[in-house]
Parts: sequence; C-alpha cells; structure tokens
Amino acid sequence: MAKNKKTEAELPKSGPLFGYAPAPESPAAAGDIATSYGHFIGGQFVDSSGSEALKTVNPATEQVLAEFAQGTEEDVDRAVKAARKAFGDWSALPGSERAKYLYRIARIIQERSRELAVLESIDNGKPIKETRDFDLPMVAAWFFYYAGWADKLDYAGFGPNPRPVGVAAQVIPWNFPLMMLAWKIAPALATGNTVVLKPAETTPLTALRFAEICRQAGLPKGVVNIVTGDGRTGAALTAHPDVNKVAFTGSTNVGRSIARQLAGSRKKLSLELGGKAANIVFDDAPIDQAVEGIVNGIFFNQGHVCCAGSRLLVQESIQDELLEALKRRMATLRVGDPLDKNTDIGAINSAGQLARITELTAAGEAEGAERWSPACELPSAGYWFRPTLFTGVSQAHRIAQEEIFGPVLSVLTFRTPDEAVAKANNTPFGLSAGIWTEKGSRILWMADRLKAGVVWANTFNKFDPTSPFGGYKESGYGREGGRHGLEAYLDV
Amino acid sequence: MSTVAANAPGAAGGGLSDVAASEASLRRFLHGLPGVDAVGLEARAASLGTRSIKTTAKAFAIDLAISMIDLTTLEGADTVGKVRALCAKGKHPDPSDPSAPRVAAICVYPDMVATAKEALAGTGIQVASVATAFPAGRAALPVKLADTADAVAAGADEIDMVIDRGAFLSGRYLDVFNEITAVKQACVRPDGSSAHLKVIFETGELQTYDNVRRASWLAMLAGADFIKTSTGKVTVNATPPVTLLMLEAVRDFKAATGVQVGVKPAGGIKTTKDAMKYLVMVNETLGDDWLTPHWFRFGASSLLNDLLMQRQKLSTGRYSGPDYVTVD
Amino acid sequence: MSDVIRLDVMKTYKLFVGGKFPRSESGRVYEVSDSKGQWLANAPLGTRKDTRDAVLAARAAVKGWAGTTAYNRGQVLYRVAEMLQGRREQFAAEVAAAEGLGAKKAAALVDQAIDRWVWYAGWTDKVAQIAGAANPVAGPYFNLSLPEPTGVVGIVAPQTGYGHSFLGLVSVIAPAIATGNTVVVAAAADAPLPALSLGEVLATSDVPGGVVNIISGRTADLAPTLASHQDVNALDLTGAIAAEGPGAAAVLEAAAADTLKRVLRPAVDPSAQDWTSAPGTDRLLSFLETKTVWHPMGQ
Repeated sequence: MAKNKKTEAELPKSGPLFGYAPAPESPAAAGDIATSYGHFIGGQFVDSSGSEALKTVNPATEQVLAEFAQGTEEDVDRAVKAARKAFGDWSALPGSERAKYLYRIARIIQERSRELAVLESIDNGKPIKETRDFDLPMVAAWFFYYAGWADKLDYAGFGPNPRPVGVAAQVIPWNFPLMMLAWKIAPALATGNTVVLKPAETTPLTALRFAEICRQAGLPKGVVNIVTGDGRTGAALTAHPDVNKVAFTGSTNVGRSIARQLAGSRKKLSLELGGKAANIVFDDAPIDQAVEGIVNGIFFNQGHVCCAGSRLLVQESIQDELLEALKRRMATLRVGDPLDKNTDIGAINSAGQLARITELTAAGEAEGAERWSPACELPSAGYWFRPTLFTGVSQAHRIAQEEIFGPVLSVLTFRTPDEAVAKANNTPFGLSAGIWTEKGSRILWMADRLKAGVVWANTFNKFDPTSPFGGYKESGYGREGGRHGLEAYLDV
Repeated sequence: MSTVAANAPGAAGGGLSDVAASEASLRRFLHGLPGVDAVGLEARAASLGTRSIKTTAKAFAIDLAISMIDLTTLEGADTVGKVRALCAKGKHPDPSDPSAPRVAAICVYPDMVATAKEALAGTGIQVASVATAFPAGRAALPVKLADTADAVAAGADEIDMVIDRGAFLSGRYLDVFNEITAVKQACVRPDGSSAHLKVIFETGELQTYDNVRRASWLAMLAGADFIKTSTGKVTVNATPPVTLLMLEAVRDFKAATGVQVGVKPAGGIKTTKDAMKYLVMVNETLGDDWLTPHWFRFGASSLLNDLLMQRQKLSTGRYSGPDYVTVD
Repeated sequence: MSDVIRLDVMKTYKLFVGGKFPRSESGRVYEVSDSKGQWLANAPLGTRKDTRDAVLAARAAVKGWAGTTAYNRGQVLYRVAEMLQGRREQFAAEVAAAEGLGAKKAAALVDQAIDRWVWYAGWTDKVAQIAGAANPVAGPYFNLSLPEPTGVVGIVAPQTGYGHSFLGLVSVIAPAIATGNTVVVAAAADAPLPALSLGEVLATSDVPGGVVNIISGRTADLAPTLASHQDVNALDLTGAIAAEGPGAAAVLEAAAADTLKRVLRPAVDPSAQDWTSAPGTDRLLSFLETKTVWHPMGQ
C-alpha cells in the first residue's frame, strides 16, 4: 500500500485526539431540592416525631444536597396506620380504576423523566446517560406494565378474584433508587395493597419527588407512604405488627436478619439479595459482543448491581485474546462527572461503599491475584474507583466469593462446559449468570444446569417489566417483574 | 507498509499466507472468524450514537468530516459541467469562509476522471473513480479490468471497485479474491506506482453481519487499501452497525498482519449528526491512527452542505439555512 | 355585535384508509338519520374498491405493527384513550343520536369505550403470558409456544345491541389490534358516524396508518368483499345480522372458507347483546396463531 501523499499539514488542525468537550447536563434540571425533608404520610409531607436528621450528599462532589428525617418508630407507626386506613377503599376500588391511577403515574414519570434522571444522577452518582436511557424508561415501563394487571388479576393464574395482602413494608437499596421503588410500588398497588416504603439513606431524593407525583396523579391519601431513614427505620418498619407483607432488596446479611425477624409471624416475605454472577465465555463466542457484554455486566452502574457479572469465567483457549480485547475496551471507558452525557462510569455511591471496594480489592492483591486498571484520571473530590480487572483468580479468593458491589471483575478460567457449570454454581449466591457462545444447544444445556434466577445468553443485564427477576439460594426468594411478580402481593 | 507486495494472493503475512491457497482453505478461514451477534452489535453502535459532541469537539469533528468526504456524483446524467462544478465545490466548500477545509476526493465515473483531474490539478484533492461495472458489477472480468485500467490511465488516484456479490453469496470466495487481486494489478501505473484500491461490498446485498465480516477479511487479504460499505445505489447503504463491524475488522487485521486498511461508509450519511456518530465509532474503536482522511472517508454528497451549515452556526451562533450554502 | 345567529360549520364525514381520509371512490354518499328519522349527515357510500384499497393498506401495515414491541403497542392504545377523553362530548352526542339515548347514558357508554381502550392497552404485553407456554416435552428440548397475530382481520362492526355504535365498535377493533393484527372495518350501516369520527381520533393517536381502516356503506356490499378477499386472514362477523342475502353470516362464512379464514361468528341473538358487559379475553384470543419452537439442549 503506497502511503498517501498528503502531508499532515494539510489536515485540519487538531489535537492528537478527538477528545470530547464537556457535555454537562444542567443540575438545575433536577428541579428544586429542599434544604430539608420530612416523611410523606397520608398524602402529606410531615415532620418526623424525632429530631434526628440525616444528610444526603452528591457522591461526585461530596456536597450536601439536603437533610432528611431519620424515621422513628413513631413515624413508622404513623405511616403504617395511614396505609392501613387507606387499604380498605383502595383494595375495594375496581381494578380498572386502580389501573388508571397507575397509568397516570406512568405518564407523569415520562413527562418528568429528565428532572428525575438528573435528580437521580446527583443523589446517586450514576451517569446521566444511564438514568436517562435506562433507569427512567424502566421506571415508567414498570408502572405501565403493572397498571395493566390491576384489572386483569382474574387471568393471572392465581384463581378467581385474588385478594391483596394488606399493608406492604418495602425497603429498597441505593443502587437504582427510583427503579427499585417502581419494582416495589407498582405491583403492590396494582394488586390492591397500600405501602410504606423506605428508600436508602444515601438516596432518598427521588422517592420524595415521587411522592409529589402521587399527588399530581390524585392518588388517594395513604396509599403510598414514604418514610426515610437508615437501617434502624427499616428494622422498625419490617418489625411493625400491622404490616402484612415485607419486601426487601439489599444485602444478603440484612435479608437474613429480616427473615429471622419475621419467623413465626404471618407476614409474607420476598427478598432480592446479593449475587456473584458468573459470566461464562466459550471459545466460539461472538468476541466483540462478548467484550461489550462483559463490560456492561460489571461496569454498568459502577458495578453497583446485585446481578453484576462479577466473575468472568473464560474458556482457557481464548483467555489471552479475550483479555487483550477486554483491556483495550476498558481503556475507552470514561470515568468522571456523572452529569456529563459522555460519562460511562460515575461516582461510587458513598464513602462507606468505596471503603468496602478498596478493602476487598486490597485483599485480592494480598491473596495473589494480578490487578489491572486502565490509566484514567479521577476527580479530586468525590468517591471514585477505577474500573479494575483481576486475573489469576481462583475460587478460593475472597474476590471470587464475596460480593464487591463495585467496578471490579475477577477473571477465572475453565476448560469444559461441565467445569464452567461447576464453578458458576460454586457459590452461596444464585441470582444471575451469563453464557456466551454461538451454539444454541449449549446455551440451553448450560441454562438448564445453572442455579441462577436469571440466565442471560449472548447478552447481560437485561431487564423488562414483563420478565421475572430474582434469585436462587442466598440471593433471596420471590420474583419481581412479570406475571410472577404479582404473587408476592397477593394472598395466595 | 508499501513493502508488502499486497497484489499477490496471501500477501498479508502474519501467518495468513496460505489462507487463499485454495477455495477450501479460504472458506475454512472465513467461516472460522468469530461470529457476530446482531443484537449486540447494533446495541453497541446505538450506544456510541448517544455520545454528545459539543463546542470545540464539534468544531474539530466538522472540519475533520469535511476533509474526509469523497464528494460524489454518480448519475447517468453527469456532464462535464456538473463534474467541474462539483470539483469547484470540493476545493472551496464554503465561498464565504476560506478556512473551511477542502474535501478528500471527488468521486466520479471513469469517463469523468480526466475532467475532474484537470479541474483539481494542484489542489491535492484526489480523484476517485468507480470501476468494475459499477454498481452491479455484472460484467466479465476483462471488461472490469479494462474499466479499471481506463480510469487509472485517465489519472484516477483511487479506484472504487465492487465485488461480485453473486459469487460471494454462492460461496465462491476464491473467485471474489482473485478478482480483487486482478483489479489491484490493473491499478498499477506504468511508473510502478498504484492507484489506491477501495473495495465495495454492497453490504445491503450481503445482508448478514457474518457476511460483512467475511467480506472484509477477504478483501483485506486480497490487498484492499480501503473497504467500503456501499455503492449508494441500493435501498440499504451504510449503517452504523455495519461500519462498526468493518472498523473492528480493520483493527483485527492490523493486529494480525501489521497492515492498516481504511474504511469508507457510503450512502445515506446526510447530516452532521450522522457524521459525528461515525467519527465517534472510529475514535472509540480505532483511535487516532484512523482519524485522518488517509484512513477514513465518507462517501457522500448532501452531507457536505449540512456540515457547512453547522459550521456556520458554530461561528455565527445563528442557525443557517440551505440558501446560505451553494448548490453544485 | 349583530343579532345574527351564527351558522354552524358541518363536518364532511370521510372514510379512514391507510391513515388518510379519502372520499369514497364511488363519489356517492348516503343519508344517515337519527333514531327518529331526522337527517344527521351524509356518509360516504363505500364500495368494493374502497374495501380493496383498505385491505391493501391493512396488509402493508402488518409488518410494522406486528413487529413493534408489545410495550409500544400498549402505549399507542393508551394514547387512543387519552385522545378520546378529550373528545368525549362529541362522541356522546353522536352516540346519543345514533342509538336514541339520553345524554347521560350516551356519555356513560363513551366513558366505557375509553376504559375499554385502557383494558386492551394493558393486554398487549400480557397476552403472551396467558396464551403462551413453556412445554415440558419428554426429551432434551427447549419447547415454547408463543402467540402471534393472524394478520389482516376483516370486521363487520356491530349493528345492534346496547352500545353498539361506539362501545361495541371499540370492543371489536381494540382486541384485534392489541395483539398486532391490522383491521378493515365495515362500519354499522345505519350508525356509521361514531366509527368515522373514531378514525379522526386514531389518526392523532400514534396509531400507524393502515392499522385500522374504516369504511361506511352497505354491509351487503362491504362484507362479502372482505369475506372473499384472498389477502384477508380472519373475519369477525359480529355485525352480520342479515337473515339472508350476500351479507348473511352463513353466506359470508362460506365465502371465507375458500381461503380458510378464521371466522368469529355473530352472537346467537345479536340484538340482545349488551356491549357494556365485561369483555373478557375471548376476542383477544380469537385472532392469534400459536407458534411452537423446538430447540435441542446439549453440550
């Protein structure tokens, strides 16, 4: 090939790189954030009976966004009473009317999606690209889907005229604050329950904004109640004697303690807990797409995903090729300002979580795994962690066993499908798994043997309101999403 | 890299020298390439399409895009006057702003090469000619070679050939390979230098992404300097996923052989927004090495005016309109 | 200000075909009267050719509509309900005139029609979950049965029964399109105005052109064309109430047999039909094909 004769001087002036100029979303689009918030009980914003206030910070800047109430037992009781009071009328409403409330909520969420996306990004640290293109569309879709079930429960396979459980206590995590709210509230309301929901103590703002949406939709008072606070508030809520149903998403340890707490009660319980998913890549995989799937599997939402593909199981014969491609791809990940529309990886949600990731990765090195991260500059303020890869990991290492809940991938190898299944299942968790191969028959053979509630083939981290999600073993029980997701809120 | 005698079958090196030794070995190689998952590929292309290119980055990208355009007229109604006008436009795209860069090449039919060559003398703008019975490619090999030789003799700097899609789709890969190497040979000038060879796949007719990946490797093995998506004459022309796949192919080919090959999406790229998406794909798949008109081109015509209007908007702050760019 | 009473602008009712509002190719109209015989408007006298054009439009729309996600179809149907809510008064007046009802009853029927769109909007992404199945076949195979739309459905709209003119009409159109079919509707011959007005709502509701096509005219002209048309896949004979002649249900069903169209027969006593009763899933499941997919499972 003859070198083109044009000289560099004739080319347009440029830096050495096509660097993207900042493309920041305006923080003002998040709407007004109050300096302090109370709870949302019985259709009103009310002060806490206690005086303790917590602060929520923007994890990308460490600036305090707002203060909010630490819910007391008295606050919780008030909220449960409001939900109990609303339950009679709400559950007696024809399903078609409940449906229309939920459709209204879905529509208002669509209308206000930019505001909610920016607010979520500020409060959580996740990139605006994800809140805009993933979280918010998913939130609206969840309400749409369950709105449709509200008047169709007779057809859901639970017998004629299935009844709601009553008052549902719902405790949600900080990784997808508004989406987790939607996963909890939409099916609960569709089936005729009323709820008291506690958002996580690092991400209360979108739940409180959602309360405004309930008011715009004209939702009857007390059907949705939001009580803020930390784990103490959550414990008071799940322990409340007049709660009929507890739904929790979060860590396996807290889930275990709730299960213990509820033992012997008549409360219905669903748990969506931790995971340590294997993402299994065979030598005949579509490599470029597998690399994307691995990246999406572990770096989506900073790895703060219970079903993250945190263990890469790669067939030994393609290990070198795959890792080279993966590193090349990781080097293009853009870490930084969550509000920049080109940011791929945002801030770690809290100082506490950052400390845990730091501790576990240090353990990985100490145990002899080889650590690699692409060169990337991190902002000076805020909580940040480079996308990180560990090779030479064995099943015995802590980083192969414990949930890191951060942008950290542990790479293990296998030789045969049997070995891949054995290693993938060799964990107390069982939430999700990934399989990458062009061979359909093998996908289904593997899926049949994997002890995981969700198995993705040639894709990863896909969610849909029509599709049930939930875990085997210590990843919890019950399913959210789909027709199956109704069961958790029906007296069946 | 000019030391690689790329006009001989299997010249690519990197352990690939025997690939085209027989129909069977070529087929084995092409069918042994990793598969392409269509959904995943399209999702990746769409995701890169959401990059937000603003201010200085946009200004840079607009000028880069203009400088990468193969400004094209391939109509039965083409005349000397039309081609001259297009050349004038290519030299000074925006008469109101001499800082606007010139385009990379003017792309015409072989009988217009001499006209374009004369109009572009001394500008550094290349003359590209389609050849090999463009766009269908349905002619005997001697006709295709004569078509090519004619364009080269008239002064074409670059030849845009079409592959025989019928042969490719019926699995006669070696025929396609041999045809490319023959055309490559026809690109050689009497002084021993060569016109640059771009190989058009007509990806809209190859239909599957697996076929596009195979065609890419086939053409590169046969010595293509550039691989190009489309003629612009069928319903489906360049698309972001197809182009992304070809970018991945040239990346992998360079890793395997050390030989760098260019990529040219053509047809259907009409707006600045489209062009930005392609440049983002190049940037994030291949990086700096390909971000020059040496290695990446847009086959386009109406794209240029949209880029110019956006360019005017950046400098004036007002939105421009079609009356403020020239029609040529 | 003068005392001159302002003259109303009257609406020209037109067919709804391929998202557009053509006049009949016949160039003819027929008089539509209210229940007391008072003239209301002229409706286009649709012909076989109009019906043929409508089938072409419906066929062209199948690929896009069946191919769109169930979620999107649900959003579109919900949008119809939103648009209809804003034109509630207009439809109430048309229904009152068509069926000889008081304003209150007519408005209640329109409200139910709006809610019926909402009911079917919710079904788009659930029908596969009640009509599909994972089948535990005795062997190493993954086996799934999935519902797919039948294709183009010809509908003879309800002509009798309480609420037929609009609630009844919505009750036959919405379930067919919810599952991804496209439809050609022969409007109720004596009460076509709510149907023609519905076209105006659909045209502004993100429903792609051609998904719903509405023709007014004589049932005896329109229905046989649909029944014998070789590019129509299914036939809903709800409004085929003629006892004999070319528009009679038995004759139409026999014509449909030539191409083995799926046929939904009219009620035993169509005039006794009460369109306000709960719709259930019968109509939703009427125009579906079940596709079963086998795939081996092995290392």
